[in-house]
Amino acid sequence: MTTPDLLRFAFGALSGHRLRTFLSLLGMAIGVAAVVTLTALGEGAQRYVIDQFASIGTNLLIIIPGKSETTGIPGIGAAAHDLTLQDSMMISRAIPEAEKVAPMVVGTESVAHGARRRQVVIAGTTREFLEVRKLAMARGEFLPAEEIARGRPVVVLGPKVASELFGAEEAVGQVVRIGGWRMRVIGVLAHRGVQLGMDLDDLALVPVATGMRMFDRRSLFRIMVQVRGTASLETAKNKVVELLAERHGEEDVTVLTQDAVLATFSQILAVLTLAVGAIAAISLSVAGIGIMNVMLVSVSERTREVGLLRAVGVGRRQVLAVFLTEAALLSAAGGLLGLGVGFAAVRVMVQLFPALPARPPLWAVFASFGLSMVIGILFGLLPARRAARLDPVLALSSH
Amino acid sequence: MIRLEKISRTYQLGGQPVHALVDVDEEVADGEHVAIMGPSGSGKSTLLYLLGCLDRPDSGSYQLGGRDVARLSDEELTGVRRDLIGFVFQSFHLVPRLTAAANVELPMVFAAVDRKERRERVTAALGAVGLADRMDHRPDQLSGGERQRVALARAMVMGPRLLLADEPTGNLDTTSGRQILDLLDRLNEKDGVTLVVVTHDPSVAARADRVIVLVDGHVARRLAGADVARTANLFAPATPS
Repeated sequence: MTTPDLLRFAFGALSGHRLRTFLSLLGMAIGVAAVVTLTALGEGAQRYVIDQFASIGTNLLIIIPGKSETTGIPGIGAAAHDLTLQDSMMISRAIPEAEKVAPMVVGTESVAHGARRRQVVIAGTTREFLEVRKLAMARGEFLPAEEIARGRPVVVLGPKVASELFGAEEAVGQVVRIGGWRMRVIGVLAHRGVQLGMDLDDLALVPVATGMRMFDRRSLFRIMVQVRGTASLETAKNKVVELLAERHGEEDVTVLTQDAVLATFSQILAVLTLAVGAIAAISLSVAGIGIMNVMLVSVSERTREVGLLRAVGVGRRQVLAVFLTEAALLSAAGGLLGLGVGFAAVRVMVQLFPALPARPPLWAVFASFGLSMVIGILFGLLPARRAARLDPVLALSSH
Repeated sequence: MIRLEKISRTYQLGGQPVHALVDVDEEVADGEHVAIMGPSGSGKSTLLYLLGCLDRPDSGSYQLGGRDVARLSDEELTGVRRDLIGFVFQSFHLVPRLTAAANVELPMVFAAVDRKERRERVTAALGAVGLADRMDHRPDQLSGGERQRVALARAMVMGPRLLLADEPTGNLDTTSGRQILDLLDRLNEKDGVTLVVVTHDPSVAARADRVIVLVDGHVARRLAGADVARTANLFAPATPS
């Protein structure tokens, strides 16, 4: 028996029971569609995060106070030193690889203009922040390049803060009250949206020294360093750690690179994608049981047919091949339908949420289809063996 | 063609052993037309299935065309059925979803006969049973007699030397039955196909050269076909001649 003959015969048998065939492959289709859709979502989330990081630039060092590993002996007073403005200035002065250094202090305070008042995140920083975070101005000027410790009473508003407080009125040049401070608005940021969990539209930026006085802080929240494009990120990182260790007397800061953060996020999301995909794949084995069920019914309905086939000289292996082919056809059709439904669902998702670049990963497409075939054949084995082992005499006389 | 020696077949039915055939000795010559008669449960179907290599005897030897087939493996028996034997059943055993042509083609599909040759042989086989114009009809669109003729065409399409018929007219009206019997006779007489027919109908058995009467798994009597009509108490135990 040739393969086309086998396929034609199996296809003929399946198309005799259209509804039953359709229902049994539906389970497989749903399973495959679930794998495709969910992994596409996971992949989309991963790429979303990567895009976010890419928009900031990957040549960034983030210095945060405290060491992520335990140091010092309790009781001797090895408390971590604060990160100070002086640290920040020393980095930009002593490390040639540090192209831009932006110290940051963060707090929340209410910003008011007239009767309108809004609680927002206030970030104290320097002019370098503009480039480090790849921000752009809508109107006016960014924070002035002045002596870092001076701290004039000026503020740059995020576009949302500006429109909430001023409406259609021009904000630049006006005075707002931040807590007990009167500050002049010198600029409004261009729209940017949420980046790395920070809403850059709903934000007010003040000079770092102003911010420290405003929140009564002596230490920085963190220091961001943009490394020269030609320099090695690793070298710059080591130099920063070394410099601060020398200044603080011990290694008490953590320096994150964008790469490391990105890698961590990517890893977490990849594992999540895999996990969700695997859960969806479980539904494939349930679909396999559905196929087994239908094939068992088919075998018992066609017992006489099997008997006849055996009588006219069809071997056991050929009977096995016929029923396995039917199971394989069922799961292949289910798998293809599932891929179709899955891709369609992903398309709809992308239409609804354009920010999420969902796309089914190639491995998931192949794995889900391949798995559906393997499962179909595996679960088809039991019914097919039952058919092949039928006693021809009993099969012929069954009703 | 066929030589049976001390063939016994016992099977279990509800935990009870049933001696379907006991020490049957029989010979069928090449080209002979033999009828097997007997009351129900006499073992005539069991004998037919044994002759057809669908079943194996528990003991005894069965030579078919000079080859001992009693101890062959399932795979070898399958080959014997495919190449040497054709079956016709009381209930036709056509595959309902397939057309007449596809039903006739079936044995050749699994025997890997070339497609072009398959088509020619299907046309010839259906033509021979007078159904050239019913090729594309499915079984439910055919009359009983037509169905049995399709089944006969299927049985003959692989060119068997032995044709086994199990109550071939059992489900047919007299006219259709006679058509089938005429076709069987012609295959036997013109083409020299050895024909074994199981029947309980004396008028069917009367067409045979020879009639074997089975009672309780034993050969109760042997007589000429022409004598069937004249014999009273056909199934009464008699001393074998």
